[in-house]
Amino acid sequence: MTGTGLALTWRKIPERYNLLGSHCDNCGENFFPIRNICPNCRRKGRMGGTKFSGKGVIYSHTFVTSPPTGFELEAPYAIAIVQLAEGPKLTAQIVDGDYEKVKIGAPVEMVFRKIQEDGKEGLIHYGFKFKLI
Amino acid sequence: MNGKTVGIVGYGSYVPKFRIDAEEITRIWGEEAKRVKEGLGIQEKSVPDIDEDAATLAVEAARNAVKHAGIDSKEIGALYVGSESHPYAVKPTATIVAEAIGATPNLTAVDMEFACKAGTAAIQCCMGMCVAGMFKYGMAIGSDTSQGRPGDALEYSAGAGAAAFIIGTENLVAEIEATCSFTTDTPDFWRRPGADFPSHGGRFTGEPAYFKHVISASKMLIEKTGVKPAELDYAVFHQPNGKFPLQAAKMLGIPAEKVKQGLITPYIGNTYSAASLLGLNSVLDVAKPGERILMTSFGSGAGSDAFLIRVLDGIEKKRGRARSLQSYVDEKEYVEYGVYVKHRRKLKSL
Amino acid sequence: MIMRRVAIVGVGMTEFGEHWELGYRELVAQAGVRAIEDAKLQGVKIDALYGGTMAAGKLIGQEHITALIADYMGLNPIPATRVEAACASGGVALRTGYMAVASGMHDVVVVGGAEKMTDVPTGEAAIALGGAGDQEWELFMGATFPALYALAARRHMYEYGTTREMLASVAVKNHANGAKNPYAHFRKEISLQAVLDSKMIADPLTIFDCSPISDGAAAVILMPLEKAKEHTDMPIEILASTQASDTLALHSRKSLTELMATKVAVRRALEATKMTPKDIDVCEVHDCFTIAEIMAIEDLGFFEKGKGGQATLDGETALNSKISINTSGGLKACGHPVGATGVKQAVEITWQLRGEAQNGRQVKGAEIGMTHNVGGSGATCVIHVMKRAD
Repeated sequence: MTGTGLALTWRKIPERYNLLGSHCDNCGENFFPIRNICPNCRRKGRMGGTKFSGKGVIYSHTFVTSPPTGFELEAPYAIAIVQLAEGPKLTAQIVDGDYEKVKIGAPVEMVFRKIQEDGKEGLIHYGFKFKLI
Repeated sequence: MNGKTVGIVGYGSYVPKFRIDAEEITRIWGEEAKRVKEGLGIQEKSVPDIDEDAATLAVEAARNAVKHAGIDSKEIGALYVGSESHPYAVKPTATIVAEAIGATPNLTAVDMEFACKAGTAAIQCCMGMCVAGMFKYGMAIGSDTSQGRPGDALEYSAGAGAAAFIIGTENLVAEIEATCSFTTDTPDFWRRPGADFPSHGGRFTGEPAYFKHVISASKMLIEKTGVKPAELDYAVFHQPNGKFPLQAAKMLGIPAEKVKQGLITPYIGNTYSAASLLGLNSVLDVAKPGERILMTSFGSGAGSDAFLIRVLDGIEKKRGRARSLQSYVDEKEYVEYGVYVKHRRKLKSL
Repeated sequence: MIMRRVAIVGVGMTEFGEHWELGYRELVAQAGVRAIEDAKLQGVKIDALYGGTMAAGKLIGQEHITALIADYMGLNPIPATRVEAACASGGVALRTGYMAVASGMHDVVVVGGAEKMTDVPTGEAAIALGGAGDQEWELFMGATFPALYALAARRHMYEYGTTREMLASVAVKNHANGAKNPYAHFRKEISLQAVLDSKMIADPLTIFDCSPISDGAAAVILMPLEKAKEHTDMPIEILASTQASDTLALHSRKSLTELMATKVAVRRALEATKMTPKDIDVCEVHDCFTIAEIMAIEDLGFFEKGKGGQATLDGETALNSKISINTSGGLKACGHPVGATGVKQAVEITWQLRGEAQNGRQVKGAEIGMTHNVGGSGATCVIHVMKRAD
């Protein structure tokens, strides 16, 4: 477990469950996760909330065979940087097996999974992962 | 009901991708594959991934249901999740689902448990509350990553899946014409707190439990509504295996062909709280307007909820909006017993 | 603003590796004493201490780490300040010390870097290191540091045709250098085939594509150049000290195959010194993973973008070739006690510019050296250009 506390996980629920991000009305760029300040426009930026569709493509990928503490049971697992249809990129696991088919450019969609568990008695952290379409 | 029309606004399902063939399980326990498959009427069962549980399955089904119904999830006023594998003993699955479909915060939500029939009990709750005008839509979910002790007969059947139904009084795909329940205290199957696997009464789960309750509830409904078995186009029963529903149909005078569309346990196993709901889902995916469906669930302990459902014209325009159950049944990848044991965390050290 | 010229007058480091018998405080004391002796500081008042450490809180349960260093080096009551920038902690500590001397605030400054990493299991060290990336959006999802660099490597292979052999050739070259360095964690050569055949950690990176988890410390003593000449015949002047930042998370970058922070920092360093990459004789780059060295030698301008892999495979970065990269063995073979690395790079370049590099790893006629120290997956980059003062 990586030290994420209860309140930390709780605050992230909207982003982790529903891919909520930010949109700058000034420059038009979308961001994930939520940012308060547009890095392009800074004080001229007009940031508002947006919800991403959950569709995207694989931008890069790897297959983790040496997991950190807390991910032993899930290993081996695929991790990718996914570029969302709306522009922003994010890091997520690719589930449902068959790493051979995980390629740059492959279309993916969001699924809802357990990300981590704080041991057998602790909190279960849920959120997005992606699967090949 | 009570002069008001109530029914199904939309529905959705989810079945994990992995399967284990019954033959692979017989390999471990030295049983005869052919005898087991024929005896239980189960070819293979679904296996959840290591990061899936009843909550994640329920979310996927619920998202499909919202897509299918085409409603604003903020209009869901109640969300009930029936399961016997809730990820937490204390802390609701329903809040996780409500948050993940964007239905929070103006709704009531609670987890239900009644062995394999908590999902249909949730539908009844939503029906009553919608008829009473408490809110526009209610969501009832049955979701399970079913448990079965290694080596037990349940290990061949305990599958994983979820079905979600949105209940309301308008914009319906099917009307629920009537429902009734038959309940007694019958200890055929249970799991004590802290126990990893359920215990059951073997053959006692059959005649005095499953059949007595399913048949009684179904007959009650038939008498109450005056519908004749011949007027039914489909019948869906709780399906702990591939055989019981066919026997129940026979006892009620319903031909086997009317049961087959709603019988999916042979392909994905017994999904416990989701089992009869996935059967109904499968029927609705092909049913035509005007057709009538009998659905009777069964939960050990024991009780059955029976429903008489009439398919409406509204079903046609919503078809294809969300992923079909058949597509989940068809998309599969087989795993070996060792991987299955890891996914289900059946090793004590996990 | 008039800045004073700054020089390194003394350097010291511990051997890098698994120091089962030495704790954090013993390691820093050893490196500190070696640097102070090297600088012949007897009788000179030290004004301030800057220490680079990344994760002492998670690795040894100790924060307030520079107070501990000042205490165990017997330097109380001088001001002691911790600098943290993940794997660039050492380099940024050096830059902070440099600024203190250049500004006239302090005359004699000790810059230390240290990390004690083997007191926790490897999985927990991986979690601690993961904090160098975005804890909430990378590590939380199971993306370890090898995974992040593997994502960059996969993309580099896709965009430029970089191969597994090219990645492996970085490890082979750095092990060849490390074999000549008595301070290195790994002092043996390895074959290309051995790298290719080793255990996969995060495809396409094998265990031999990754720097090890090491213990160690390094220290340098800084003075104004004018004063430095009173202590040593060979002060090493810091001609430029530049630093840049980028997004914390790898996925937020426009490109995965270059580090914008490196490009900005090196541009500023070359502008300040009116040099080109060709003027650099020896460079310690941040090769936490083999792909990191390939991207570094491209971003620093030694090779065109996309050509770093082939150049390494062709031997152009080997000792006394076109540009000698990582004569210490780099992070890969010399080891990577995270907070110590940036300071160790300055120690190695000092030895190279003094002509003191041992065991046949001296770059012939080395006059100008560079250090390139990266934090995380590239969110911080700090660069120093150094020259033997005339």
